[in-house]
Amino acid sequence: MTKLILTTALLALTAGGAFAQQTVRMGTEGAYPPYNFINDAGEVDGFEREVGDELCKRAELTCEWVTTDWDSIIPNLQSGNYDTIIAGMSITEERDKVLDFTQNYFPPAVSAYAALTADADVKSGVVSAQVGTIQAAHVAESGATVLEFATPDESVAAVRNGEADAVFADKDYLVPIVDESNGEFSWAGEDVQLGGGIGIGMRESDTELRAKFDAAIQTMKDDGTLNTLITKWFGPEAQTF
Amino acid sequence: MFTSCADPATLEGLSWLLCYLVTGKQIAFYWSFLTVLTLLAVTAPTALAFGFVGAMASRSSLAPVSLIGRGYTAMVRGIPDIVFFLFFVIALDQGIEWLTHQIRCPDWTEPVRQGLEFRVCPEAKVPPGHAPQVVHQIYGFALAVVTFALVFGAFAANVLLGAMQAVPRAQLETAESYGMTPRQVFRRILVPQMWVYALPGLSNLWMILIKATPLLFLLGVQDIVYWARELGGAKTSAYAFPHPDWRLYYFLVLLVFYLCMTRVSEIVLARVAQRLSFGQATAAGEAQRKAAA
Repeated sequence: MTKLILTTALLALTAGGAFAQQTVRMGTEGAYPPYNFINDAGEVDGFEREVGDELCKRAELTCEWVTTDWDSIIPNLQSGNYDTIIAGMSITEERDKVLDFTQNYFPPAVSAYAALTADADVKSGVVSAQVGTIQAAHVAESGATVLEFATPDESVAAVRNGEADAVFADKDYLVPIVDESNGEFSWAGEDVQLGGGIGIGMRESDTELRAKFDAAIQTMKDDGTLNTLITKWFGPEAQTF
Repeated sequence: MFTSCADPATLEGLSWLLCYLVTGKQIAFYWSFLTVLTLLAVTAPTALAFGFVGAMASRSSLAPVSLIGRGYTAMVRGIPDIVFFLFFVIALDQGIEWLTHQIRCPDWTEPVRQGLEFRVCPEAKVPPGHAPQVVHQIYGFALAVVTFALVFGAFAANVLLGAMQAVPRAQLETAESYGMTPRQVFRRILVPQMWVYALPGLSNLWMILIKATPLLFLLGVQDIVYWARELGGAKTSAYAFPHPDWRLYYFLVLLVFYLCMTRVSEIVLARVAQRLSFGQATAAGEAQRKAAA
């Protein structure tokens, strides 16, 4: 124990010097294309990577990208493993109780059901969704049986395997999957609008950092760069500001 | 990596597959095997050291030391691994940060715990917030090693304690009659002879340790299970190399890897057992003596 204290004290003395610029650690999931994913070079990529890098540039912050499981993304923020959550997280009242959100950088999005047949029973059947998402909460309320998975990809795989009748997720996530499935998947049920748009989640005590990002998002909204990025990643039909 | 791989969309068949297998992400997957092997290489001796100290403490004649030793083995052995992994790593991480916080920021007035948040001053972050990601990964890995060593050390302590008690009393008595001190008896007679009794238990632990390495994934270390799941998932054209759900193949690779690991271990352990039995007053040692005669 004494040794531990000594080593930490030593670390304290040697590492204290370099604090010129604050590094903001950006936490994301890295499994939700096109919002965020790990590209084939092994780096975080996607709409949120571009938005995040641009925001950091405007707010004059050095940013580092970190990936984590969706399941533990909020606890890891609170215990200080990173400073922001930028992972397609919709602003909801429930989350607002434990986190603070910046203003949204993506307008309130529609969620959709994808299934193997267009007449799949999304009202009382088994519907898969990613755990801890607004979609999972919506399915639970809708009367269908919700089947939750750790990653969005697994929730889609569950429909292919016949475990679930349909998958419910952000439409933007499902569009490429349905389009590229060669007719295997089709849309089912009706689209639903959920949440108050996507914002950057932060610790409630980080008010200064939140103000910086809020201001940076506003400038991106004002000069239209945010809309350009939305159209680039989500296609010309995507909703913009 | 190769110039011919610059535009994956134009590739087909085997050349597509070859290019796919050398993408940065795949390379990260290959490196993660090394992560697992490093974990095994570092954890096994550390756990053995923990076990040795635990066993010595348990049989100590000083009541408090013996209590600590026995308490350690009883507690860790009694708690499910997964609970221990989830709890201990967070506790250790926050404990270290709390200590540094006390040292570096004595003037900090805000509470460290604010509701659900754990907030130390920025200077007390371990590793520091501005450190490159690789430092954070190494730190996470080190926490994992300590946790694994602590868990497996408790089991090793019990195995070693049993082995120490199994060394024939006559051997120790002979040493005493030669005038050796208790320390000398322990070092010269007891420890060299106990390994043959400890080996079956320790080899069991080694096998379990190999099979427990996927728990790294729970600790946030990007190990082979993490990459197999990430790479195996269906990929749309958002990625340079789209493919359907390939998790089956990736997990098949892991299955083969773990089978190979355990097979190699079995062979090595059998040799070690043979070596340790040499000249021992056990059935195996006796059989060796007769075969040679």
